[in-house]
Amino acid sequence: MSNVGILDGHDTHHDDHDHHHGPAKGITRWLYTTNHKDIGSLYLWFSLAMFLLGGSFALIIRLELFQPGLQFVQPDFFNQMTTMHGLVMVFGAVMPAFVGLANWMIPMMIGAPDMALPRMNNWSFWILPFAFAMLASTLLMEAGAPNFGWTFYAPLSTTYAPETVTFFIFAIHIMGASSIMGSINIIATIQNLRAPGMTYMKMPLFVWTWLITAYLLIAVMPVLAGVVTMMLFDIHFGTSFFNAAGGGDPVLFQHVFWFFGHPEVYIMILPAFGIISEIIPTFSRKRLFGYDSMVYATSSIAFLSFIVWAHHMFTTGMPLAGELFFMYATMMIAVPTGVKVFNWISTMFKGSITFETPMLFAIAFVVLFTMGGFTGLMLAIAPADFQYHDTYFVVAHFHYVLVPGAVFSIMAGAYYWLPKWTGNMFDENLGKLHFWLSFVGINILFFPQHFLGLAGMPRRIPDYALQFADYNMISSIGAFLFGFSQLLFVFIVIKCIRGGKQASSEVWESSHGLEWTVPSPAPYHTFTTPPELPKRVHS
Amino acid sequence: MQPKTKIFSAVLSACCLFPYQLASAAEDYREGINMPVGVTEISRSTYDLHMLITIICALIGVVVYGVLIWSLVKYRKSKGAKAADFHESTTIEIVWTLIPILILVAMAIPSTGVLRQIYDASESEMDILITGYQWRWQYSYLDDEGEEVSFFSNLATTDDQINGLDEKSENYLLEVDQPLVIPVDTKVRFLLTAADVIHSWWVPDFAVKKDAIPGFINESWVIVEETGTYRGQCTELCGQDHGFMPVVVEVVEQEEFDRWYAERQEEAAAIAELVNQEWTMESLVAQGETVYRTFCMACHQQNGQGLPPAFPALTGSPLTNGPIEDHIDVVLNGAPGTAMAAFGGQLNEVDLAAVITYERNALGNSVGDMVTPAEIFQIQSESE
Repeated sequence: MSNVGILDGHDTHHDDHDHHHGPAKGITRWLYTTNHKDIGSLYLWFSLAMFLLGGSFALIIRLELFQPGLQFVQPDFFNQMTTMHGLVMVFGAVMPAFVGLANWMIPMMIGAPDMALPRMNNWSFWILPFAFAMLASTLLMEAGAPNFGWTFYAPLSTTYAPETVTFFIFAIHIMGASSIMGSINIIATIQNLRAPGMTYMKMPLFVWTWLITAYLLIAVMPVLAGVVTMMLFDIHFGTSFFNAAGGGDPVLFQHVFWFFGHPEVYIMILPAFGIISEIIPTFSRKRLFGYDSMVYATSSIAFLSFIVWAHHMFTTGMPLAGELFFMYATMMIAVPTGVKVFNWISTMFKGSITFETPMLFAIAFVVLFTMGGFTGLMLAIAPADFQYHDTYFVVAHFHYVLVPGAVFSIMAGAYYWLPKWTGNMFDENLGKLHFWLSFVGINILFFPQHFLGLAGMPRRIPDYALQFADYNMISSIGAFLFGFSQLLFVFIVIKCIRGGKQASSEVWESSHGLEWTVPSPAPYHTFTTPPELPKRVHS
Repeated sequence: MQPKTKIFSAVLSACCLFPYQLASAAEDYREGINMPVGVTEISRSTYDLHMLITIICALIGVVVYGVLIWSLVKYRKSKGAKAADFHESTTIEIVWTLIPILILVAMAIPSTGVLRQIYDASESEMDILITGYQWRWQYSYLDDEGEEVSFFSNLATTDDQINGLDEKSENYLLEVDQPLVIPVDTKVRFLLTAADVIHSWWVPDFAVKKDAIPGFINESWVIVEETGTYRGQCTELCGQDHGFMPVVVEVVEQEEFDRWYAERQEEAAAIAELVNQEWTMESLVAQGETVYRTFCMACHQQNGQGLPPAFPALTGSPLTNGPIEDHIDVVLNGAPGTAMAAFGGQLNEVDLAAVITYERNALGNSVGDMVTPAEIFQIQSESE
């Protein structure tokens, strides 16, 4: 098989450069590293830092919204906060966290010695801090940070934007380049470096969902790069792509943006599906129900994600035929998503369940992501969407799928694999405390926002009418509870790195798959020769 | 087909009635936590669709969460549960693919009907052009041969209320100086556009939300069935004061509307006369202060100190103290590439002359020259 040949090639390569020693010492280990585990760690630490930064922006938003009136910040700075919160969380926290998990786990799950393109791997991480340094530095500039929302609709983000928009555009270009390189690497790894005998339909679901996600990234990140380049030309070179006064079309911006933006939503949730599909079988001590249908459902969701973008634009005045098409297509997404939820629950049904921290986060994912799915279905109904659109109902919806969805899955994954990474068990009691504080906090934070939206509160406003006061106050209290609980997570991770009960190779009683056949902590180099597949590879 | 349709509509109406009963039981709370039923046929159909899908989701939720909770309680290892060995069933996968599809089709049918109705703006009895500006709405009545009635609707809540220096009024942030006025039981068509960035015009009680986009004219319509005051907000992020451009619509009886409309026409005629009247600097400055507070203060601030760098100071600036022609040009035509809008089309000649004169002779400036409404009229007609 061809992948065996490639593995052989790698082995010769390794001998030439004598890579079998441990990591280099000092800062150069991290700067020059081509090791997938080091790069995975870099991504994860970076993501954690951005999660805390983006979270602090969110707390400024919730602080201002604690009471009606303007108390702490001015409207323009408030808009900078909503914009930076969205950008940092999407591009800085969630996406790099999944790439970090992919780097750490995919080679170990498919029995590969490293990522297929290790030097590019180094580069795709190390350009990210520069992108975010550039983006964050706009906060210190006289004109202020971007203030036009993370969706940066033209012409607010072009003709009417602060001068710092150019830094924003360049930062987006770099983030896009990083994502494209990362996904090329993941595709090359998965398609070429699988251990002999690991056919596609034997791959763990995390690998499957990432393979599909990587293709989505390659398809849509260039579209994002295109749209910001058109903005750049409008701003600096006198074109009028989005300027109506020059014959341009502001709605074109939204079509191009959401052609990127909707698949982007699935980029942030498909790897989460993969993680949850690894964790639930382990702690239910039962094989994943409907592996094949999980793969087909994920592929269907990915396909549908390309033909639903204009459901973000129901109020822009599309023709009736357009509204109907995008309404029906969007409703269809409920079908494969439902299949996934039913499969997870059937996996737990008649299992033998225990409730370790990763499982708690995974169960909360199933419950709360389904909540977000319900409101997503409601939003798909175009006439009802005219009332929901751009209100707090939408804010509640996408935070339910992104925070207890994507973020909880990352937390679940981190707790699940932390003993494998560090060789130590984390403090289970503190982990459970972190879970319950997060679970309670997140619901106090986002559930009342459904009511606010239905009652008529628009999103992205720094001040609101008096009838919205009660639920805003409750929501803000939840935000602070959830926000500060995350410091506990940082503490738990550091404590786990510094010591704790020695973890076995299997770590969990019913763990399954190649990553659990190597010692804990995983050695610097794993699977330098292709492994024998255990009997049960995937769930 | 016939009996099936009957059963379907019976189920549908049962589903639709149920929320009404629920809703009336919780009448007091509804306003704070649920979508308003509203005052138009469309808003009621929208509310019904919303309740139908909510209840469908709730029922699915009961089943899904029920099985989940059952599994978590019954099959825990600590209770001695042993894991079963099954892990696939093509039959069951097909079943739980088909059932959701049927539910979705059942949802899509009424939704399509309501959507088609919403899109039928034909046979309107009155057309109103709504233009979004940073950060106010302009309403222009298009269906009259006489003097055009057109005015701006600005936030009426004071800065002191916003900044916590004054008690907040009942309709805090949802009150305007001049509301849109329309007659009851009349099909009114709204044509929406914008002068700068994208805005979105929303009145929840009408179930009308439509984007106002520069270069586009969007269409929406309403037949309001009850007189009253209805409030909404801009729902598309449009810059600094996005949260401060409410929509207020007064719905009145036809006779009252006609009276109001005639008054507005007279006012428009009076302004045309004012343009040719003799103006002194004092009267222009006095008039200009009001205009400044409404249109300029949000950016250039109360005393003209501005919010640099985005919004330059007017006090002591080269523009307000330099040649008056340049000053007039910027106010009329805006400053391209900056947030400064073109006010030539937004304000009448009297207000334009007044605010320019005010900016040169107040806010710490004392240039001593002035421009009259008649001169502004002259400049604007020459440039056309």
